[in-house]
Amino acid sequence: MKRARTLAIVLISFTVFIALASAGGKAEADKSGKVDTNATITVGSTYPPVSLNEIGGGSQGITEAFYRNVYEPLLNLEDNGAITDGLSNGHEISKDGLSYTFKIRSGVKFHDGSPLTASDVKFSFDRVLSKDSNSARKTDLSVIDKTEVVDDHTVVITLKQKAQSFLYFSTYVWIHKDGAANLEASENGTGPYTLADYQAGTSLTLVRNDQYWGQAPKNKKVIFKYFTSSTAESNALTSGQIDIITNVDSPEQLAAFKGNPKFTITEGKSTTKQVFAFNDTRKPFTDVRVRQAISRGVDKAAVLKATWDTYGRLIGSFVPPQDPWFEDLSSVNAYDPVSAKKLLADAGYPNGFTFELVTPSTEIHQLSAQAIKADLAKIGVTVTIKLVDPSAWYEIVFKNRDYDATLQEHVNDRDLIWYGNPNFYWGYDNPSVQQWVKDAQAADTPQEQVADYKKIAKTIAEEAASSWLYLYPQLRVSASNVTGYSADGKNSAFYLAKIEKR
Amino acid sequence: MTGRLPGLQQAVYNRPVLFLYASRRILLLALAAFMASSALFFLLRILPGDAALNMAGLEATPEQIQATRHRLGTDRPLVMQYGAWIAGMAGGDFGISYFNKLPVSREIGRRLAVTLPLSLLAFALATLISFPVGILAATRRRSPVGIAVSALSSVGVAVPVFWAGIILVWLFALKARLFPAGGFPTDGWADPGAALLSLVLPVVTIAIVMSSTLIRYVRSAILDVLAQDYIRTARALGYSARRARWRHGVRNAAVPVVSIMSIELSTSLLGAVVVENVFAIPGLGAMLLEGVKTRDLPVVQDIVFMITFFVLFIGFIADMAQRIIDPRLRRGKAAEIPVEEESAARE
Repeated sequence: MKRARTLAIVLISFTVFIALASAGGKAEADKSGKVDTNATITVGSTYPPVSLNEIGGGSQGITEAFYRNVYEPLLNLEDNGAITDGLSNGHEISKDGLSYTFKIRSGVKFHDGSPLTASDVKFSFDRVLSKDSNSARKTDLSVIDKTEVVDDHTVVITLKQKAQSFLYFSTYVWIHKDGAANLEASENGTGPYTLADYQAGTSLTLVRNDQYWGQAPKNKKVIFKYFTSSTAESNALTSGQIDIITNVDSPEQLAAFKGNPKFTITEGKSTTKQVFAFNDTRKPFTDVRVRQAISRGVDKAAVLKATWDTYGRLIGSFVPPQDPWFEDLSSVNAYDPVSAKKLLADAGYPNGFTFELVTPSTEIHQLSAQAIKADLAKIGVTVTIKLVDPSAWYEIVFKNRDYDATLQEHVNDRDLIWYGNPNFYWGYDNPSVQQWVKDAQAADTPQEQVADYKKIAKTIAEEAASSWLYLYPQLRVSASNVTGYSADGKNSAFYLAKIEKR
Repeated sequence: MTGRLPGLQQAVYNRPVLFLYASRRILLLALAAFMASSALFFLLRILPGDAALNMAGLEATPEQIQATRHRLGTDRPLVMQYGAWIAGMAGGDFGISYFNKLPVSREIGRRLAVTLPLSLLAFALATLISFPVGILAATRRRSPVGIAVSALSSVGVAVPVFWAGIILVWLFALKARLFPAGGFPTDGWADPGAALLSLVLPVVTIAIVMSSTLIRYVRSAILDVLAQDYIRTARALGYSARRARWRHGVRNAAVPVVSIMSIELSTSLLGAVVVENVFAIPGLGAMLLEGVKTRDLPVVQDIVFMITFFVLFIGFIADMAQRIIDPRLRRGKAAEIPVEEESAARE
């Protein structure tokens, strides 16, 4: 009897302890209608930076946190695709299109207090091209022959050959202090925020830079919190621990917020394309007719519905709408099982065939694979789904090319050039396309460049070099008192300075 | 109860036997740790996936990938990499993460500051609950209380940790708003109250599932013991039921319970991996998961090795504890030694 009483006392005192401890945990947000310029914005994300060094490789997370927030480029890439002045306040291009003269803004200071000069710009461009660089745009930027300092506020960059997209590619070069080191653990940028705290994989805290040369941010502090599960991320928003989710992973994640006036859901354009890639070097995908048949056998609108419900859109090619050469090609090789069967018969597969679809084991890819399998069964083609983890995908597909077909999302914009590289993992080899890629890069005018890229997009669509299922939606959710962020997403960048909290 | 011959013999042989056993057990521990480290190292290298490919990304040229591999040192022969790892660990250097270039040991230390309190608190809470409840359920196994405990614990054993976590979050964080839904203060233990508060739900989650198992073991161990002859003998000698139970029952029941507790303690660390994911807690589990995803092998092998060593070490402690609790085991497992000595003494 006595023991039972002791037990009861232990249990009761534990309950009381929990109740007492939790009493201190509640804090209700004060909701007046005015913008609080000293607010702290807490951002939830599932992209923890793998390193603070943006050229170390795997830059998605650090781009989200740092691009234009901590580091700035010479020219800014806006979310709508426009290129505007950043740390440069004027540039000239020589008549032969080979040399670019950039004026460097004066009065700009790095976070350590030192002024921005031309040598910092030279250092930064050289750094992206260095041997250790894994910048996603290194190949594009290797068109640079040399970067020279003319005076403190002028830099001349000379190209090996003409490159219409050079100004665009320059937006990927973050300007660092000349000689900057230890960039894995610290920063010295020029941007509107400075890094206050970094816990690898967990959180990253930025505070307003009061010495900033441009317009002051509309909030004082931004904390990025990183989640490994989107359920935990949603719970954090529901319970007020975070203010905004930068990237919603699935339509299910939105269910908790839909129709709730306390939250705002935005859908914008992303640059991420869901690609159903064939191994164009492996039979039967070497045959254009087979690729067309498979592409027509898949109801892309249904795949989109199955994965993203009512969000996202069809594009029919590898070009996101933000690219200047975008055309809606979703009617090319559109869903048409009857002609698909006929094409298969013409190609010598009247009874279909079997292939393996290497599928990264993330939810979106798995759902896509299921939908593809069901559709293709209707035209007599059997799909065996092989799940691999995303890291193994790099080895099996990207490096060893040991696959029939695969699924992958491609995040970057302006990446059409990969269809002009026969050594890329999908192995599409069309000499005309390769020539047009060269033409486009060396085009005399932007109009010519756009015309060349449009030709490429149309050709690869008609030949079904791959099948492009859809463009991912860019979905964000925030507490409704938080506004001022862009709905569109470009290479995961997330500009913070205009975010307001009421 | 002492004064009889077997007791005297124990007193004579106890110490050297225990010491011999301990040293043999430590050797075994070192051997197991070494074998685990090499199995772990080479198995991780067989796994498809390559950090250099992840780092270089979709837009990389083969030269870029090769340069990255060289920078990471993954282009060296495997045996050399293994040697470097072991030699480093022996000198306290756990290597550098491929990705964030920070020392892995520092990062593990930071994560342990969250995971260790989490799993130890969960273990402590589970023990605190399961001993009294388990004993209660055994001594009153036919009463409604005993039956209820038995049934509830069966359900508890079947509940997956993550599911329990999701339910608790929904109830206590999203509906009642008593606790944060997840996360851990970004400034760590600077504010101990806030840190503890964010650990309450995860601790309770692990403890619920763990104590269900423990209750069942405690209950059946006690039941086993209560049916033994020596309890009846003790009763016959005039001990009260409670005294007989307390004096002879608990110590005897403790042996199987210690071994299950050692397993549960290891499980609590592993359970933390799952629970951290549900509660977005930046602990060792979250670090391991991220490391596996990106193939940051120094991080993965250090953490897995550490956990392996921890499990081996707990096993060692449990074995020792059992031998201290139950003298019969000392003789049983190391039978040759006293027998030899006995026969030598007879000559």
